[in-house]
Amino acid sequence: MKASHPRRPLSRLFNIGVPYLWLGLFFLLPFAIVLRISIAEPALAQPPYTALWEWIDDGVLTIQLNFQNFMLVVQDELYLAAFLSSLWIALVCTLLCLLLGYPMAYAIATARERWRVPLLLLIVLPFWTSFLIRVYAWIGILKPNGLLNNFLLWLGVIDQPLAILHTQLAVYIGVVYSYLPFMILPLYANLTRLDFSLLEAAADLGCRPWRAFVKITLPLSLPGIVAGSMLVFIPVVGEFVIPDLLGGPQTLMVGKMLWTEFFSNKDWPLASALAIVLLALLVVPFVLMQRLEQGLDDATEGRRQ
Amino acid sequence: MNHRRWPLVAILAFGYAFLYVPVLLLIVYSFNESRLVTVWSGFSTKWYGELLHNRQLLDAAWLSVRIASVNATFAVVLGTLAANALVRQGRFRGRTGFELLLTAPLVMPDVIIGLSLLLLFVAMQQLIGWPNGRGFTTIAIAHLTFSMAYVAVVVRARLAQMDRSLEEAAMDLGARPLTVYRSITLPLIAPALLSGWLLAFTLSLDDLVIASFVSGPGSTTLPMVIYASVRMGVSPQINALATVIVALVTLAVIVAGIAMRERR
Repeated sequence: MKASHPRRPLSRLFNIGVPYLWLGLFFLLPFAIVLRISIAEPALAQPPYTALWEWIDDGVLTIQLNFQNFMLVVQDELYLAAFLSSLWIALVCTLLCLLLGYPMAYAIATARERWRVPLLLLIVLPFWTSFLIRVYAWIGILKPNGLLNNFLLWLGVIDQPLAILHTQLAVYIGVVYSYLPFMILPLYANLTRLDFSLLEAAADLGCRPWRAFVKITLPLSLPGIVAGSMLVFIPVVGEFVIPDLLGGPQTLMVGKMLWTEFFSNKDWPLASALAIVLLALLVVPFVLMQRLEQGLDDATEGRRQ
Repeated sequence: MNHRRWPLVAILAFGYAFLYVPVLLLIVYSFNESRLVTVWSGFSTKWYGELLHNRQLLDAAWLSVRIASVNATFAVVLGTLAANALVRQGRFRGRTGFELLLTAPLVMPDVIIGLSLLLLFVAMQQLIGWPNGRGFTTIAIAHLTFSMAYVAVVVRARLAQMDRSLEEAAMDLGARPLTVYRSITLPLIAPALLSGWLLAFTLSLDDLVIASFVSGPGSTTLPMVIYASVRMGVSPQINALATVIVALVTLAVIVAGIAMRERR
């Protein structure tokens, strides 16, 4: 196979070089600029920040580095609370997605063969309709005179409308709703590869189903759990739309703060500092995800070359 | 079905209800006559009529569709190149970095991508005078940067599963590599290219946060109009719009499904 498929240097350069260059220019380089502007000072100018260095007439270079934005982000209780609360919300939502998504993925993976594809398609389908509109749908359901409250009042379960919209609970609901497919897909991919004869062997040896699940299925599906969790956790930490539309004034999230600093306060340097700290927080979960994925890919395709 | 499965089936049913009921309610209430979206007062299609006369919304939708088409087309090209690199080029120097750069856009929070690209565009304008102002081009570039990563995932999976024997046969018969790629590989991975295109199209059509950062005056996309309207509260017109979008997506999925079945 190797002999009949020589590697062409030109196609190699093209296939690797073009995407590499694009991502380097439009994905990697911008982070350096964010870092640079996070240590600038806001100014009433266009663009609204000061230059880092300036040549003064007689050949003197003045460099101005302003670390106040970072001091503010680290020391101000509001920003600290926003970071902690973002991490907390992302953690809770990841666990909720796992709690709901794992049994769903397991049920699909163990369903009859001809049912699997349609069932999986039903998981993916909502992802194709507008995210913004699906989050919006919950406003009509959760608001005080909304569908859920009307329904519960009609049932007689409650006699006062519940305040759900503009609370943390609404944010949890919105996030789990929007990110559930991202949890289910990697879990499903993992669980369909599971060797179910191991479970049969365990049962033959007298192992109870629950114990077999904890001892065999759960450890073997760990890569799927980690992949799904990272796909939910990382973007949710920086989520903006859901806390903005469903959350209340007490829902502090970094994504929303960054947006406000940028669009309302026009403080680009502070927004940049928030982005840098957020990025730093996400490096660890990201590397974890990457390691895992690389291991899986090497197993499936790297060896074939 | 054995008796142990019923809790699983119950959770599965609950999960599907959770995913679908909100959208179904939106569709039902888009035919509601009352302006109060949550009180049913009779069947009406008047919100669809109003939607058709909402100039601002239609202009935004047209802009979004144009950006999404351009984005999807280029994303398929770049994403396929990246997938080729990962599946066909074996180990190369900087492969780890390459994979890192391709995975990061999938999970990177939108606010970070949006802010960083805007700052890049501003810096580039200061340095080389391009892009002069922001709008269609900057939004398309921004969308392309993250949607190519999604396309790469889809195409990569297909390429990795692909049977290489046809390609090898063509090579043995003396076909040039580019001819082999065009006449054998591309048709074989066409379903993945189609789903990649549709995925990139939807991702672009759907993006609010990144577009808000990198758009300029006069280039308001559909999500930006929806967002402005939704912030004012629930509006029956948005319900009607949601129904139209769901109908179009369902149609596209059905057409794509038929197209792929016929290829087999």
